[in-house]
Amino acid sequence: MSDISLNAQRFKGRPASPGLVEGPIVLFRGREASPGRAPVHSPGASDWAELDAAMTRTAERLGALRGDARNAQAADILDFQVEVLSDPTLIESLARARTAGRLPADAWTSALAAEIAGLKASPDGYFRERASDLEDLHDRLLQQLAGASDPELALPERAIVLARDLAPSRFLEIPWGPGHGLALMDGSPTAHVAMLARARGLAVAVGLGAVPARHGSIALLDGAGGELILDPSPADRREAERRNAPAATATIAPGRPGLQSGLARTRDGTDIELLVNLNELADLDGLDPSAVDGIGLARTEFLFARLGLSDGRFPDETLQLDVYRRILDWAAGRRVVIRTLDAGGDKPVPGYTDGSESNPFLGLRGIRLSLARPGPFRTQLRALIRAAAIGPLDILIPMVTVPEELMSVRALIEAEAADLDRSGISRGQPRLGMMVEVPAAALTLDRFEVDFASIGSNDLAQYTMAAGRDEGAVSGLADICQPAVVALIDSAVAHARKRGLRLGLCGDAAGNAELIPLLLRHGLRSFSMPVRALGPVRQAIAAIDLGGGA
Amino acid sequence: MHTTVTARVTLRHKEGLHARPSVKLTKTAKRFQSRIEFALSDEGPWIDAKSILKVMAARAPRDTILNIRADGPDAEQAADAIVQLIETDFAERDSGPDHSRRDNPGQDQ
Repeated sequence: MSDISLNAQRFKGRPASPGLVEGPIVLFRGREASPGRAPVHSPGASDWAELDAAMTRTAERLGALRGDARNAQAADILDFQVEVLSDPTLIESLARARTAGRLPADAWTSALAAEIAGLKASPDGYFRERASDLEDLHDRLLQQLAGASDPELALPERAIVLARDLAPSRFLEIPWGPGHGLALMDGSPTAHVAMLARARGLAVAVGLGAVPARHGSIALLDGAGGELILDPSPADRREAERRNAPAATATIAPGRPGLQSGLARTRDGTDIELLVNLNELADLDGLDPSAVDGIGLARTEFLFARLGLSDGRFPDETLQLDVYRRILDWAAGRRVVIRTLDAGGDKPVPGYTDGSESNPFLGLRGIRLSLARPGPFRTQLRALIRAAAIGPLDILIPMVTVPEELMSVRALIEAEAADLDRSGISRGQPRLGMMVEVPAAALTLDRFEVDFASIGSNDLAQYTMAAGRDEGAVSGLADICQPAVVALIDSAVAHARKRGLRLGLCGDAAGNAELIPLLLRHGLRSFSMPVRALGPVRQAIAAIDLGGGA
Repeated sequence: MHTTVTARVTLRHKEGLHARPSVKLTKTAKRFQSRIEFALSDEGPWIDAKSILKVMAARAPRDTILNIRADGPDAEQAADAIVQLIETDFAERDSGPDHSRRDNPGQDQ
């Protein structure tokens, strides 16, 4: 490696997650030894009991990381690594090496080397990536065997972690905070570590090639440009800022307070509620709760997919309660709207939805399905009522068409609440709201007994225009700007005003900055959107003046 | 009583034997004393279903027909459990509330 130059050095790789970080480089050495290289030897290197102990400690360490892993794929990989440690063929091969008088560390290295080589030779990228998980496991065990303590790493503010590559287990060990960045010399944007980093909102560039940076030297990481600049000049900084401007506002860029402070407000001073949609818990990582008014739409059919729903299994009450608790803890008193399972339509669940429907969008979906299969629905309501003891919680019911459906839901909630009270289990009093996505609901919103409502723009448009948004030939019709759809929104807004109902809009339109002026002019004051849309939507809100022509 | 039981089942998991289903398979297999193997063709080679390294090395894709062979005192229960696991698309939980179900493979709830 050459000496660091006094001039700026640029290393161009591939962008993996947008954001701009300028700060000290923290070198992270993932692999000290690898199969084929000489392993680390220690005083206890010939002691086979040490190998057993090191395997146990490694399994414990990985198990602890797995407990912290909030990402299902990372958890799968950690489970895989732990399972390898008790693999009977591996243990058998170690036993043979022991009988043959070999050193434990050498035996461990050669036992894994063949498996790593086999996976590396796979034509399938997924299996090639598992080779690096085995390498990580290999290194971890050797470190344990050498008596190395678990690495304690503290990152300075605005640190850019620079590594050749990073296994998910290593990534999870690093105490990431807002404003940190990750620069990988190898790696690909589709690797697990890139997904984990994106979920945390870190700026990431990968595939940079060899970067001869010293620990602590100052660098500029340009996530959008996929570039790392050592010893950057003011001109480099300006250029990178320009490049990251749209992306950086599109993501909540932690550590850049100018972009996230304050609520959304129009030019004439009207406060607008800005909420985010939540599809998986990992989305909460790196999202500063003070940047938003809360969660406007937690889609439990997606949250549960991680808990086995995609395999046709419903998470039980305790598992659900854990999920809701995570969200409420994150929100710390801010608004949290959790939608009950919205299965059916374009979201089939094996063993739950009816696969034989000729037109699933007009069939048993959303609340219709929940009421037809009350067992799982009651479990969900019960977990939600319990979670409401932790913080304010709004229950949102999907696909409501007639008032009777909500009356049934209320009856179930009351029954579960009474049962919890009898059992002495603490509970809260959630508010009950409905999605407005069926024209019938938009036209007659005043007839429903609800505390709040939220317009689902995608379904409302397609049910109004009789055009599926997935049907290429007619998808252009399913447009929220169509006068008929706007008229239904006007109807819902008018009913909500009359009744004093809180009415918001979730769905794609809320995250489309171009549609925000239209929606504001038609009286909507609350929007729930994907995190990436927060910046542009906030800007669109700030640019509009509702004073005269509202 | 020592018996050998064979079965065939189609792997429907959308990703094939990726890490998660593979770990479920080995964990299930390890609950039984019997030797449990599977093969991607009738002639073998036979793969130890308790070895995560061997199961992953098989890299079985979706829609592979798996030949199952269990040999030992609890061969029948073992084969049933493996077939059930694969047929239900690995829907069984690793731990937690349905522990009872894991202890009584093949029984209706």
